[in-house]
Amino acid sequence: MIDIPVMRWGKPYESLEKADVSHFETGEPIARVSQANGGLLARDMRKADGARQLLREFSIDDLIQLTAKAADLFENETLPLGSGTQAPDEFVTHQSASTGLPEVMCRSNMKKNSFVLRNMREILDCLTRGLPWDILSRGYGAESRGVVVSYQAQTSVLGAVLPSNSPGVHTLWLPVIPLQFGLVLKPGSSEPWTAYRIASAFEQAGIPSEAMGLYPGGHDVGSTLLASCQRSMVFGSEKTVNQYAGDPRVQVHGPGFSKIFLGEDCVDRWEEFIELMVESVYVNGGRSCINCSSIFAPRHTHEIAQAIAEKLGPTEPLPTTDPEAGLAAFTTPGVGAAIWNMVQQDLQAEGVTHCTADYGPRLVERERYSYLRPVVAHADNSDCAIATKEFMFPFVTVVKCPQKDMIKKAGPTLVGTAITEDQAWIEQLTAATTIDRLNIGPIATNRLNWLQPHEGNLIDFLFRSRAYQVANQDMVQSLNS
Amino acid sequence: MSSSTDLETAKHRAKQELDQHACEMVQRHFHESTGCPFWLQKKSELGFDPLTEIQCYEDLRKFPLFEDEWLRGGPVERWRMKDMSNCPTYVFETGGTTGLPKSRVVVDDFRTDYELFSDTLPDEYFPKGANWLMLGPSGPRRLRLAVEHLAQHRGGICFCIDLDPRWVVKLIKKGWMEHLEAYKIHCIDQAITILTAGHDIQCMFATPKLLDSLCLALEDRGTSLVELGVKGIFSGGTEFTPQWTRYAVEELLGGPAGEGGVYMTPTYGNTLMGLACSKPVTAEEGYKISYYAPQPRAVAEVVSFEDPTSVVGYGETGRVKLTTLTPEFFVPGFLERDEGEREQPFELYPWDGVSGVRPFHQLASSTTVGVY
Repeated sequence: MIDIPVMRWGKPYESLEKADVSHFETGEPIARVSQANGGLLARDMRKADGARQLLREFSIDDLIQLTAKAADLFENETLPLGSGTQAPDEFVTHQSASTGLPEVMCRSNMKKNSFVLRNMREILDCLTRGLPWDILSRGYGAESRGVVVSYQAQTSVLGAVLPSNSPGVHTLWLPVIPLQFGLVLKPGSSEPWTAYRIASAFEQAGIPSEAMGLYPGGHDVGSTLLASCQRSMVFGSEKTVNQYAGDPRVQVHGPGFSKIFLGEDCVDRWEEFIELMVESVYVNGGRSCINCSSIFAPRHTHEIAQAIAEKLGPTEPLPTTDPEAGLAAFTTPGVGAAIWNMVQQDLQAEGVTHCTADYGPRLVERERYSYLRPVVAHADNSDCAIATKEFMFPFVTVVKCPQKDMIKKAGPTLVGTAITEDQAWIEQLTAATTIDRLNIGPIATNRLNWLQPHEGNLIDFLFRSRAYQVANQDMVQSLNS
Repeated sequence: MSSSTDLETAKHRAKQELDQHACEMVQRHFHESTGCPFWLQKKSELGFDPLTEIQCYEDLRKFPLFEDEWLRGGPVERWRMKDMSNCPTYVFETGGTTGLPKSRVVVDDFRTDYELFSDTLPDEYFPKGANWLMLGPSGPRRLRLAVEHLAQHRGGICFCIDLDPRWVVKLIKKGWMEHLEAYKIHCIDQAITILTAGHDIQCMFATPKLLDSLCLALEDRGTSLVELGVKGIFSGGTEFTPQWTRYAVEELLGGPAGEGGVYMTPTYGNTLMGLACSKPVTAEEGYKISYYAPQPRAVAEVVSFEDPTSVVGYGETGRVKLTTLTPEFFVPGFLERDEGEREQPFELYPWDGVSGVRPFHQLASSTTVGVY
């Protein structure tokens, strides 16, 4: 079994308190993870400025190159991990065993992370809208048109309280190191693997290990991290989102409530879009915030729901090693049943039809874990509670709703795919502040273009654009060159 | 005589003392001339006569478990012993964020408990005559007066801060984390003002969270508890884990006391029981914390989760059950909101102890611990 220490700015620290990361099927421990305490993290945060100072000894360009090297190491090499090492295949089996995600999904998330690491130059170029790197490094500079601009760093490090159940989200914090900010991470209790492996890959690639801290632990570690970092990310439930809403220091990533909107002009061609809808609901076990949880259409909603149900309803849980496995297990006892109870309650409401009811029981309970097979519901109006619900498995409600009411009734939407060519409606959708990422046309909600910002631009979060006036025109000229 | 025989003898003597004390306390609490109205009234519901049927400590199991709900609301006079009704009486409260708080009336118990505790403190680190800082809850709390009495009993003066734990719980429940942080800073500012005002404070009580914050704040000001002359701290709470203790010793208190650091001793207790002391905590034993109740005035047992009348084996896990047997207060078995492992007696405390104390797993998620 691997012993995984707390990493205090690159220095391993073995705690007296350890938590086992166990195999979800057998309960057998895979790793023993040292647990930090809040005070220890608060104390280490006094050295946070040192992380940025160290990284600023490298240029952003150098760090981008080292990040690309880290991508290959992360994806292909055996890397040090705590008391042992971990090969790429072991990473996949460990992650699958502790999270209940099929190996094929773990491998896909691994590729997603290495893709972002490898293509950091293009991603940063888009996030910064082509700003010269020097301006970010120095805090000020001149654009090619000769205008002095300033981007002031708002923190030395980015903190992140990471989830246990969704290894795909790590791409969000990967650009932080090449932007010369340190990282302070609280890995998820059953998914320490990605954070530790990326830290190891960075170190092996030549990025100073003192630029990163890894603090596994309990709730006090998470709250200390959020309190002591000037900029941090947290991944959690709607409750977590509400708790930190309005705190400019915290970027909250919660449920996505991602949706597909079928316009009046395209809805009669609904059959053309069924594959896209199924993919949006089903991919990655329905666990992502970018999975579609509601489909709004003005008509044909029963047929759409039945067609999706036909595709997804028969899906059975398969062993995690099966390349066809599409469902992820709920590894905490009782969670699957609790979610199913909530779904059932919503399904019983007036105007709601359970379209997957004929495909056998949805809740599959095993001794230590459970699965929920896909659920497709139909709501004959957008006021049904189920119309805007999201759950951590392939779940979707097809909602009958006039086009004119869709934006208002849909509520907060992380990814909104609008299948329409109606220019007037596109303008309304573009103006809708409740929609974060907007796809116009038949694009599955899960198909992210990495060159687009996700749930807030990381650059806007880490830097503040401000006035910066320089009297000496020669100095402006030199900045320009 | 071997040390194991000595320990056996001490255990036997302690058990005899406990049996005798239990009988005496039952006589006192259930006799018409001395007992409080609550227990005298309860006697009729028991189905047995405590005055004749309690012959040893184990006989206390005939009583139903004590329900702390009985302590809510008035009149608190129902808890006053008949023969002490003319004595100056305090009332101490627990909780109270929502609804009625639980109350306990006290005449001398807190003084006796802390005088006994005082005997366990090493003079080297808690010098007689030294002044104290109480960095914990104020208001109607037993702890605040108890620590002040401890300081006075040892010949010193106790400085206190204003800290309302009920407001802290409200801030947490409302999710007002910025206000929570500001209130913590307010408390720490008070402490630093006292510590740096030339009062020659050498001893402290502090909760783990406040001690942590105080040390970091002092470090920000370029100083430390060691530099300010603090020699000994006693602290308490279920957050007092071996890891936290190690962190405190290594990173907050300037290293082990023997090597120039501040001495720290954990304690475990509540308004109902009093104060359990810890076996000395050492790095060699992995900072393991084992608490021993002040027998025979109070007893801490580790009982089965399923059957609270059955004590678990040594090293096994169970729920903490407290029994209080003082001349003022009788609690025949109260299930604490904590669990832990049963520990062996040893020379200093020849009776059972409890280690690894933490919130009872079935209640843990609904309990707000360590709020200040």
